[in-house]
Amino acid sequence: MDKIIKGKAFVLGDNIDTDQIIPAEHLVYSLSDPEESKKYGQFALSGVPLAKSGLPEGGIPFIGLNNFESIFDIIIGGVNFGCGSSREHAPFALQKAGIKAVIAESYARIFYRNSVDGGFLIPYESFGRICDKIKTFDVLEIDLQKNILKNLSTDIKYNLKPLGNVLPIIEQGGIFEYARKSGMIL
Amino acid sequence: MGMTITEKILAKSAGKNKVMPGENVWLNVDVLMTHDVCGPPTFAIWKKEFGKKAKIWDKDKLVIFPDHYIFTKNIHANRNVELLREFAKEHQIENYYDVGTDRYKGVCHVALAEEGYNIPGTVLFGTDSHTCTSGAFGMFATGVGNTDAAFILGTGKIWEKVPESMKFTFHGKLPEYLTAKDLILQILGDITTDGATYRAMEFDGEAVYDLSMEERMTLTNMAIEAGGMNGIIAADEVTRAYVKQRNDQPYETFQSDSDAKYFKTYEYNVEEIQPLVAKPHSPDNRDNVKNVEGTALTKCYIGSCTGGKITDFRNAGKILFGRKVQVPTFIVPASTATAQQLEAEMINGATLKQIFDDAGCKIAESSCAACLGGPDDTFGRAVDKDVVISTTNRNFPGRMGSKKSEVYLASPLTVAASAITGVITDPRNFL
Ligand code: SF4
Repeated sequence: MDKIIKGKAFVLGDNIDTDQIIPAEHLVYSLSDPEESKKYGQFALSGVPLAKSGLPEGGIPFIGLNNFESIFDIIIGGVNFGCGSSREHAPFALQKAGIKAVIAESYARIFYRNSVDGGFLIPYESFGRICDKIKTFDVLEIDLQKNILKNLSTDIKYNLKPLGNVLPIIEQGGIFEYARKSGMIL
Repeated sequence: MGMTITEKILAKSAGKNKVMPGENVWLNVDVLMTHDVCGPPTFAIWKKEFGKKAKIWDKDKLVIFPDHYIFTKNIHANRNVELLREFAKEHQIENYYDVGTDRYKGVCHVALAEEGYNIPGTVLFGTDSHTCTSGAFGMFATGVGNTDAAFILGTGKIWEKVPESMKFTFHGKLPEYLTAKDLILQILGDITTDGATYRAMEFDGEAVYDLSMEERMTLTNMAIEAGGMNGIIAADEVTRAYVKQRNDQPYETFQSDSDAKYFKTYEYNVEEIQPLVAKPHSPDNRDNVKNVEGTALTKCYIGSCTGGKITDFRNAGKILFGRKVQVPTFIVPASTATAQQLEAEMINGATLKQIFDDAGCKIAESSCAACLGGPDDTFGRAVDKDVVISTTNRNFPGRMGSKKSEVYLASPLTVAASAITGVITDPRNFL
């Protein structure tokens, strides 16, 4: 696991549900075919109403037209990130689009589990609300060992909640690697 | 200190005498359910991760219902059903309910109940967030993603964090203008869409135990709308009678201890609750129907695992009998058994199906249909700036199709009353 994640912030608000992360009409593509699965990146966050896409101003598409990857690397969200359906396509789509970590005030359980167990991205929790302090396009740096987020654009630091007992699963890159390493499965 | 029903079931499944909220435990899973959207990727992960040695931990415990994108020309969606079919054939999965055959059942959560897979005291996981529906049977049921499901498929085990419990007690006798849908919208407005995140939602009280199994399932179904890990109602005689008709396997029932500890408890008197809606764009955006009465509609929708059960259609039929709808009204029975009941059950000499036909409703075959938008050719899908009132469970932007549409969630009584007038209408005007 990388010790530092650095990249551009894309800021969203509260209750970003899985239909906004990847609208249901796109759930039909193969997740395993390398070419076809790029479509998940292409349509990641395409369900977010444009006015709320890329806060504080909004109106910033997460992905350019006909692109498969975003120029953003880290998502900042409010409460209840990933609520809604159980679709693992949601963290998968964000990963496909190039997202390394999400930092939100809180998560819906299934999205959180899927992110961790599938090894798609790191779901960090902030202490309190930071989605109205960080701006889309700010350059951020996450120190995974110290659990600190640094906004390089403003030079402000934020503590993040330690990943706790899911850390071993994240470190191994998912539940299968974790189970193999710990001898649970062959 | 005592334990809640959820803690007791998880302890049993983990092979422990006691579990504490916050503790991570490995559970032995009794049933794994999947469908056409998440089945194929789950099987792909299982094959990739277990390789040549991939083995299903217990074939009899895997249940597969195609139900989401069934009646569509979308080639990718059709391919998913084809993949389920191939998998079921290759691995000889008995519990596969193929579309296009007389085994087809419709929406998974309702079919699980009807086909006898919901057994009190057991642990059920499904690749669908509304798997919490099955908790109406006094069992632990929750949704997981494809990776977790693939892990269960190969091992029969999964980790879970024991949830704290919240208890919602409904006292009194339910008035005829209310349904379980109003009760859960009441809770959602009170605790919001993340009010129960990582927690169990336990429902109790005489008004709950007066409900049929279908209505109880509406309560537990929407636990996930508050972020709940599971919803649960302890089994009683009503549960036992329902299960007995479908499965003769012995089972153990559990109840919360009187000194069990809760994160929070809520008490309601159902006689004080008004018919409710959730306004766009969130299930917790609750308001009294009275306050939004007159809002012009372009579509009405009665369907889904939440609002497409026989009890929902009985309620809608009561209001639609002898009347005509003013706006396009879509009826989607959740299961094929429900569809058959529509043709068998009568009100004043007319079958429910006749009542809906005469009222001018459009009736589709059982499936998830427009509950989750789906491909362009999905029955009842919200297009452009549709304003819809629906018995479904979610109204996040774009959930029923168009991102520009507005969806109000309500009981089948309220939706039926609104269909007659073309504007949001209090069901008491027609009862
Ligand atoms: S009817 Fe709607 S909520 Fe129920 S399983 Fe289908 S898509 Fe999900």
